[in-house]
Amino acid sequence: MSLLKPGHRGCAGCGDAFAGKFVLDALGEDVVIVSPTGCLEVFTTPYPESAWGVPWIHSLFENAAAVASGVEAAMNALGKKNNTKIVIIGGDGATFDIGLQAISGAFERGHDITYICVDNEAYMNTGIQRSGATPLYASTTTSPHGKVSIGNPQHKKNMPAIIAAHGSPYVATASIGYAPDMIKKVKKAAQVKGPTYVHVHAPCCTGWKFDSSKTIEVGRLAVETAMWPLYEMENGEVTNVRKIKNRKPVEEYLKVQGRFKHLFTMDGKNEGIKKVQAIADWNAKHFGLE
Amino acid sequence: MRKNMVVVEGSYAVAHAVKVCRPNVISAYPITPQTHIVEDLAQFVADGEMNCEYINVESEFSAISALIGASATGARTYSSTTSQGLALMHEALFNASGMRLPIVMTVVNRALSAPINIWNDQQDSISQRDTGWIQLYAEDVQESADMTPQIYKLAEDEDVLLPAMSCMDGFILSHVYEPVILLEQSLTDEFLPAYDPEFVLDTKNPMSFGAFADPSTYTEFRYKQEKAMGVALEKIEKIANEFKDIYGRYYGGLIDGYVLDDAEIVIMAMGSIIGTVKDTIDELRTEGESVGLLKVRSFRPFPTEAIRKALKNAKVVITLDKNISIGKNEGALCTEVKACLHNTDNRVPVIGFMLGHGGRDIPINIIKKIINKAKLVEKGIFIESEFADLREDLA
Repeated sequence: MSLLKPGHRGCAGCGDAFAGKFVLDALGEDVVIVSPTGCLEVFTTPYPESAWGVPWIHSLFENAAAVASGVEAAMNALGKKNNTKIVIIGGDGATFDIGLQAISGAFERGHDITYICVDNEAYMNTGIQRSGATPLYASTTTSPHGKVSIGNPQHKKNMPAIIAAHGSPYVATASIGYAPDMIKKVKKAAQVKGPTYVHVHAPCCTGWKFDSSKTIEVGRLAVETAMWPLYEMENGEVTNVRKIKNRKPVEEYLKVQGRFKHLFTMDGKNEGIKKVQAIADWNAKHFGLE
Repeated sequence: MRKNMVVVEGSYAVAHAVKVCRPNVISAYPITPQTHIVEDLAQFVADGEMNCEYINVESEFSAISALIGASATGARTYSSTTSQGLALMHEALFNASGMRLPIVMTVVNRALSAPINIWNDQQDSISQRDTGWIQLYAEDVQESADMTPQIYKLAEDEDVLLPAMSCMDGFILSHVYEPVILLEQSLTDEFLPAYDPEFVLDTKNPMSFGAFADPSTYTEFRYKQEKAMGVALEKIEKIANEFKDIYGRYYGGLIDGYVLDDAEIVIMAMGSIIGTVKDTIDELRTEGESVGLLKVRSFRPFPTEAIRKALKNAKVVITLDKNISIGKNEGALCTEVKACLHNTDNRVPVIGFMLGHGGRDIPINIIKKIINKAKLVEKGIFIESEFADLREDLA
């Protein structure tokens, strides 16, 4: 049985739950998990129940990287560290927005920790509000499309680049749509000494508005359209990319999600889709995906 | 000066006291006037005199957060902060106490912005009153140092398990040089047992910390914190006596009295102002005035019963507050003392004076002025609460 036990309160088809399971599949029992506030935290630990088969701590929304720093320091001080991995699993709001300062501090100090960002591109736990990870034009409850709005006006922040700029020895992107690839990267991140980072794209059927049977499929479409490039960076340099054969147009990714539905119906729709396509084209060129 | 005394800065005495308590993890962020404590500790670590992990974090928020992780892993933890730093920690203070993590922190009391001010008052820790932390206030440098192992022993007691603040007045105590006895390692090892908590993050025995509690369970978490504070109330006295047995020094438990038993006018206060009040009382006693002092060491847990008993014979009670609850026109001690007497037969008038904000000096003549004003109550003129030392040209 998985170390993330069944019976938790995640939505059917939840991308976060896949991510949590894959992380524990990759790392096994010798791990301490630190969770900031978020979907995964809430749905796995309704007191007195817990889905976690490994030691787990949640403190607050914005401090998981600092809490993990303290866990690592204490294990060192008490002689308990040995090979135990200290791993944060945080959502995109906790990572891109409210927790960024604590992450920056922890990565600069060089703790032996692995940070896994499970990115579902909005504040899903509070009801689908936009975050710094929400992509251009996605309709959320705080960036809705309307008569004078085409949805979220900002581009998704380049979080892996920010982490790489801290001198992290290993930064990777992954997707729950490609489980073996993700598991391999999580394992590698945990094995590399120092602060490492894996950014996991995790579609949310509730927030992105697609059928709960399609989570893996939507995750794969993001990769196949180059909306979510898969790559590894070692010491700031891109060392490996997952190539795409026959890159699909972004419409194929956008049209299956309710959050982008307005792009296909509103006036000037082609302009919007064109701008999203330009993001995918940039990714393909920048990372040499083809 | 006694043979084993040395003249050191207050911050050094406290840092040294922390050292002999053997914390496993220290995490701190610099802020005046706390800096000398964390600098001295950093030097102890750099010189190999302390075997601990010292985390230089990027904010006070991360300082306390790192200690939450460290304490949950089973480490004895320490931080120090003040003023804005403590205010920044606010959210995490609730979290640490809710998770029953016995983190110890020296709060070097300082005023809050705006206007920005680096000098002493006690608005910072008083404003954290309801976060579930034990709060003890020290009168002088020796007590600040001695309070350190006492507060570790209290916080880490298996029937208490609450985080705790040892409060010392900024500059007045942190930056003063005075003769103190530095705590002996051997005596501290005898006094303070190693921290060995039952519940820790352990891969061999996995547990979940910080779960989500719904309305069916949340209340009882708060109830148990309150119950633990009740246990702390008893242990503070016991631990003060144990300290006395081993080190030979005693400052009172929850409270302490100074020429209190026969006093008609009782002054209540916390922190370094106590020394000035004692000097004032000494002068007034020679003039035949019946004045005494009730020093409050423990603000949380609040020693309701002990204070009721101590005020049994008082005719007038004066509270001195280096803080204010704006909108109530009272300091916190005033409000709490009034509340603790309310359901008793003791109808002694409690008159509040607020003073010393932002580091304004409190000379003896101000204390005398306060006492004279409070005495007006005997003539039927009642003062509820007021600022003791306003500048007429600015007010």
